[in-house]
Formats: sequence, structure tokens, C-alpha cells
Amino acid sequence: MIRVALAGNPNVGKSVIFNNLTGSRQHVGNWPGKTVEKKEGYAKCFGEEMYVIDLPGTYSLSAYSIEELIARDYIVKEKPDVVVVVVDASNIERNLYLVVQVLELGVKTIIALNKMDLAKSTGVEINVKKLENLLGVPIVETVAPKKIGMDELCRKIIEMKESEEIQMRIRYSDILEGAIHDLIEILEEVKEFRDYAYRWLAIKILEGDNAIMQEVEEKIKTVSLKERIYEIKKRFEEKVEDTEMYVINERYRVIQEIVSKTVHVSKKVTLSDMLDQAFLDRYIGIPIFLAILWILFQFTFIVSTPFVDMIGDFFAVISNNMANVTGISHLDYLLFGEYGVLNGIGMILSFVPLIMALYFALSLFEDFGYISRAAFLMDKLMRKLGLTGRTIIPMILGFGCNVAGIYGTRIIPEEDDRIIAIVTNPLMMCSARLVAFAIIAAAFWGSMAGTILLSLYVIGIVLAVSISLVLKKFVFKGKASPFIMELPPYQVPSIKVAASQAWARGSLFFRKAGTVILFGLLVLGVLATTDVTTLSFTDDVQNSIVAVIGKMLHPIFAPLGWDWRLVIAVIFGFVAKEIVIGATAMLYGVTEDEFASFIAQHYDPVVMYAYMVFVLVYVPCIASIAAIKNETGSWKWTLFTILYEVSLAYLLGILVLFIGGFI
Amino acid sequence: MNVKLSSLNPGDKAVVVRINGKGAIARRIADMGLIPGTEIKVVRKAPLGDPIEFEVRGYYLSLRKNEADIVLVKVKEYDSL
Ligand SMILES: Nc1nc2c(ncn2[C@@H]2O[C@H](COP(=O)(O)OP(=O)(O)O)[C@@H](O)[C@H]2O)c(=O)[nH]1
Repeated sequence: MIRVALAGNPNVGKSVIFNNLTGSRQHVGNWPGKTVEKKEGYAKCFGEEMYVIDLPGTYSLSAYSIEELIARDYIVKEKPDVVVVVVDASNIERNLYLVVQVLELGVKTIIALNKMDLAKSTGVEINVKKLENLLGVPIVETVAPKKIGMDELCRKIIEMKESEEIQMRIRYSDILEGAIHDLIEILEEVKEFRDYAYRWLAIKILEGDNAIMQEVEEKIKTVSLKERIYEIKKRFEEKVEDTEMYVINERYRVIQEIVSKTVHVSKKVTLSDMLDQAFLDRYIGIPIFLAILWILFQFTFIVSTPFVDMIGDFFAVISNNMANVTGISHLDYLLFGEYGVLNGIGMILSFVPLIMALYFALSLFEDFGYISRAAFLMDKLMRKLGLTGRTIIPMILGFGCNVAGIYGTRIIPEEDDRIIAIVTNPLMMCSARLVAFAIIAAAFWGSMAGTILLSLYVIGIVLAVSISLVLKKFVFKGKASPFIMELPPYQVPSIKVAASQAWARGSLFFRKAGTVILFGLLVLGVLATTDVTTLSFTDDVQNSIVAVIGKMLHPIFAPLGWDWRLVIAVIFGFVAKEIVIGATAMLYGVTEDEFASFIAQHYDPVVMYAYMVFVLVYVPCIASIAAIKNETGSWKWTLFTILYEVSLAYLLGILVLFIGGFI
Repeated sequence: MNVKLSSLNPGDKAVVVRINGKGAIARRIADMGLIPGTEIKVVRKAPLGDPIEFEVRGYYLSLRKNEADIVLVKVKEYDSL
């Protein structure tokens, strides 16, 4: 088996090449403990079996970003047989910067010179043979979406694996090479580093790379060796002002030299430049953005709704017809009941069209190149709120469905910002809550209902922004996430790529989030149908374990003015917020139609408003919890979300009652 | 005369002189190819005035104002655009 790693800048076509190679034999997950996506798969080329891993897209291999650390650690520690660096031929100079860093790592490297079509059409001519010679690396020209060059790439990978030595043709300045040479001599004596590429290690030590300096400090036991290393580093520091900058300059100097001999650019004003004149215009840029946001929202929810309804109905009908198949009431319930397996699968499935529609649309816009423009347009405003530009997109999606919003955070590249966006997304009042609140608001406030609902939206947004600011300041303190971002040229988005994205995400949700959702549903199902005293089946919720839990918890919620039924309804709201109304109606023994007038007679408006605020904030539905778990890759953040929301909801409920007392 | 990159206007062209500062942001800016001697052109500012779009090494790069603050440049010529 040949182990191949794909590296490259963001947006160079790495994913398309990965898909071309692996086809359907791929697995998408997260890097352990990170929100960074990990894609791996298998390919078979000319009879050879290959394991292919898609490293995170990065511009560099410094220790400053998680993606870059993941990529370089993989190459250093897992030692793939061949690294394929995917290079955007239309933007070769900056792309080669990553190439030379991979070469420093001393691994067998191939360049996939991708987007050759784009390079030609934008007036970039490359002398590939000469470039190959100067870099000492085989180059395969590719046009990934047309599958051009894929066989050649496979062949080169196999050849490379078989080849003996790696040639290192890149030479930096004498000062740098001298220091590298001296360091390598010492490093060869350090057995703790026997597995590392010495040249790379030497360069990192000279740069003063944090992660590597720490390893040097910890791993090297012999004090004399350590001192000699620091001595060389110090001498180098005395010669050049800023070592890190010096090394970067050297890399670019070498690249410029190579590029000047091999690349000829005759730049023209492109269609892409003209599009930006409109999309990023001072006056119409933001209105266009709002229109596009509206389209994205409409598309996601309108396209998916019929499918969502159909799936829901379908499973409801089947469940009803199967109701008494086994004759054992508990089993029947768990299989076909309201919170049973079948309905659970129906519920999970009903999210799939939503997620597919979302990713389809997002992928089209991302592919088109618009998402980074959206970030550019909104950055200043969002930053005032402690967020980054791109966060506006998942936030808006959250108004439709938090699951969509949480999955939409994929477009945020910085891990910290992504986590903030994920854990605050449930505060966006989703359409399920809107439906429930609309019923209550209409019953209590009549013509004022709209204003009441608006106030709930505002509360959610204000909370989300405040929590973001707090997290940014106190949890991710000091870590300013930079906005040093490329604005890639626009291009015609690929329907095929979007469709495969949609499919991959949809099925991933079903498998991964599905288990969490089903588990949650079943637990609730068992608790709701088991009689407290006999532990046998009951179809009367009032006698079930849930009811007991509700009554037990009631004293806690009594200050909020609820009776125990509202407590139970809130427990059911954990499954999905739209259930709250149905569950409350059932517990009071009224129909859903009578519910509004019933509750208006029994509760004080202030208490009900506090109840709505509580339901708005208290805990995301189980599908969003599964999504949070999926996207943060961590139970810690998932539990954090639940805990902060429940406590916040409670405090706000009390606050509303307190303020309401004066009105 | 050396000025901050953030002080330039759309259409201005300049050459990078130095990056003032260390750490993640300085490194990232340099990684993107803004090293001494590099030509850079201001393309436009975002509608709200920040961030700013630049053209450098044949591609378009956006930097926030406070990031462009640490890049010291020498103005090359004024371009009427
Ligand atoms: N014109 C052209 N576009 C390409 C080529 N390869 C990829 N793309 C497009 O470039 C964009 C980014 O590709 P993707 O694989 O998602 O980039 P990644 O970020 O490197 O994984 C997509 O819109 C692709 O359709 C190519 O060879 N030519």
C-alpha cells in the first residue's frame, strides 16, 4: 500500500483531485480533538493500492495555525510515502512557497500543477520542464474537474515511491545554509530526533518555531548538545536581524529566481475583476450581499421543505399502521411509537434534505468565490460584535434551523471563531420555535404578537453577540484571528461538486448525528412510557417516569411561575421545540386548537413571556446537539452549550418576571 | 518616504519595506508574500472602510486595517484609477 498525502493552498483543487483518486472509497471525519475536517480514502491505480489523505489547505507550515500544525505534523510523524503538493498554476508564485516548505521536510514530493486551463486563459505561461529541473521535483499538469492528468499523477506517485533518493536542489543563502549545515551535524548526534528530517528541524530551530523549540527543550537530554544548538542559533540571530523573517525572505527569493526563469505572465483584466467591481462596490455591494443571503436562505428551506414534509408524513403513516405489530406494548412503542425507532429514523431523515440543500447552495457560492467576498463585506460590522465576517451566514441560516446554521459554520476557517459560531447558533430563534411562540403570542397579545416575536428575535441575537464577546475575550483570550485572506478569482461553480458535497454531508449527518438523535429519543421514549410504580408500559404520560422527573424538578421552576406540566413540556422540547405546544396541550388534556385560549386563561402574560424566553434559550433541540457534537468534535463544547444555555435561560426567566413585576 | 500600508488609497502602488512586529500576524503576512521589495497595489476598501483589498504577486489579498498597519511601504507612483 502506498501512503499518499495531498497538501496545497486553500482553493487549489485539492478536494477535486482527492475525489478523483478515491471516488466513493472515502471517509470524512475530524482530526482528533479538532474542528478541522479530515478526509481519507483509498485508491487503486495501475494495480497498486493507495491510501490517500487530504491534509488541511494551508499557505504555509508554521506553528501558528492549527491547520498548518496538523499538516506538517502528519508529514513529519506519519511519514507518508509520497506527498503530492497541489499547486494552482494561475497563481504559481505564492503556491510555490508551500512547495519549498514541503521540500524542506525531505519527503518524496510530486507537484500536481492544477488549474492549467485557468492559467492558460488568464495569460500565465509556464515552462514546466525547466521548473521541474530547477525544483528537482516531478510535475504533473492537471485539470482536476476534467480528470486531465490523473493517470499520469498515479504513475508518478508509483514511480516516486520506488525511487531511491530525494534530490534537494533548493539552496538558500550561504549564511542560512551554513547555519543549517552546522546544526545538522549536531542533530545527527541526537537520538531523540532520529525520526525527523534534519534539514527541516534545523530550519525550524533557526526560525525559532515555537513547537519545535519546545521539543528541543524537552527531548534533548544531553545539556552539551542543547547548548551547542543554542549557540549556533544565537550566532545566526546576530547575523540576521529577524530570523523568522529572514528565512521567509530566503524562500521567496529562491522562488522569485525560479519563477523569473520559468513563468511568463501577460495579465489581462478578467471577467472576475469586473464582477468584483459590482459585488464589492461601495454602494451596491452590501445590498447585493443581502439579496444573495436571502436567496441562500430561501433556497435552503424552500427546496427542502416538501421533502422534509413527505418524509415526516411517510414515517408517521407507517408508524401508525405498525402500531400493534408485536403485541408487546413496550416494544411496540419503542419501535413504532411517537419517540420510537421508526419515527426517530424519520426525524433524522427529515433533516437530510435540509442539510443537502444547504450544502448544495453553500458549495455553489463557495465555489463561485462569493463566500470570501461576503466575509470581506461584513467583516467590520461583525468584528464589532466579536464575530468574523463569515459568521453572518450561519447566523442567518440559524433563523431557519439551527442544525443548518451549525453545519453552515464549516465556511469559517478559524477554529476559535467556528466554535464561537457553533455554540451561539442555538440562540438564533429557529422556525420551529417561531411556530410554537406564534401560537402563544397570538393567544396573549393578539395584534401585538408580532412585536412580541420580534422582541424574542432581538433577545436571541443580543445574547448570541454577548456570549461571543465573552468567549472571545475570556476563553480564547488574546488570540486575534487574522483576516489575511485571499480573494480568489470567480469561477463557474460546479453542480457536480455541489451535488457530491450535498450527498456526502447528508449521509454523514445521517450516520453520525443520527446515532445521537436516536439514542436521545429512545431514552425519552422509555422514560415517557414506563410507569413509575410498576415499571411496566403506560400510555398515560402523567404516570410515567418523565412525569415524576417533571414533578421533582418543579420546585426549581416554581419561581418562574410554572406548574409541573410546563416543566414536562420543556423536557419534551429537548427533542424538538415544536413539540412543546403539543406536549403541553396533551398534559392539560386539551386539543392543540383549544390550547391557545386555555393557556391564556390560566397564565399571566408576564409568566408566559418568561416561559417563551426560557424556551428560546434553554437548550438546543437534540438534532442541534448532535450537530454541535459533530462539528466541534467535542463533548466538552457540547455540554458547555447545554449548561450555559440552561443557566442563562433560568436567569433570564427570573429577570423577566422581576422586570415584569414593575410593569 | 516610508508610510503604513493602511494609509494608502485605492489605486496607489507601493513597495514593501518592512513588517513591523512579530508573531502570528506578522508571520502570516510575510507568508502571503509581503516581504521587503514586493510590489503591492491597493485595489479597494470594503464598503465599511475596512478591510482593504490589495493586489500582490498576481493575486488578490485582503487585510484588515490594523493588519495593514504593521506593513511599512514606500509609495511608488500615483495611479489614476
Ligand atoms: N478551472 C479549473 N478549476 C478547477 C480546477 N481544479 C479545481 N477547480 C475548481 O477550484 C475550486 C476549488 O476546488 P477545491 O477542490 O474545492 O479546492 P480545495 O480547497 O483545494 O480543496 C472548485 O470550484 C473547483 O471546481 C482546474 O483544474 N481548473
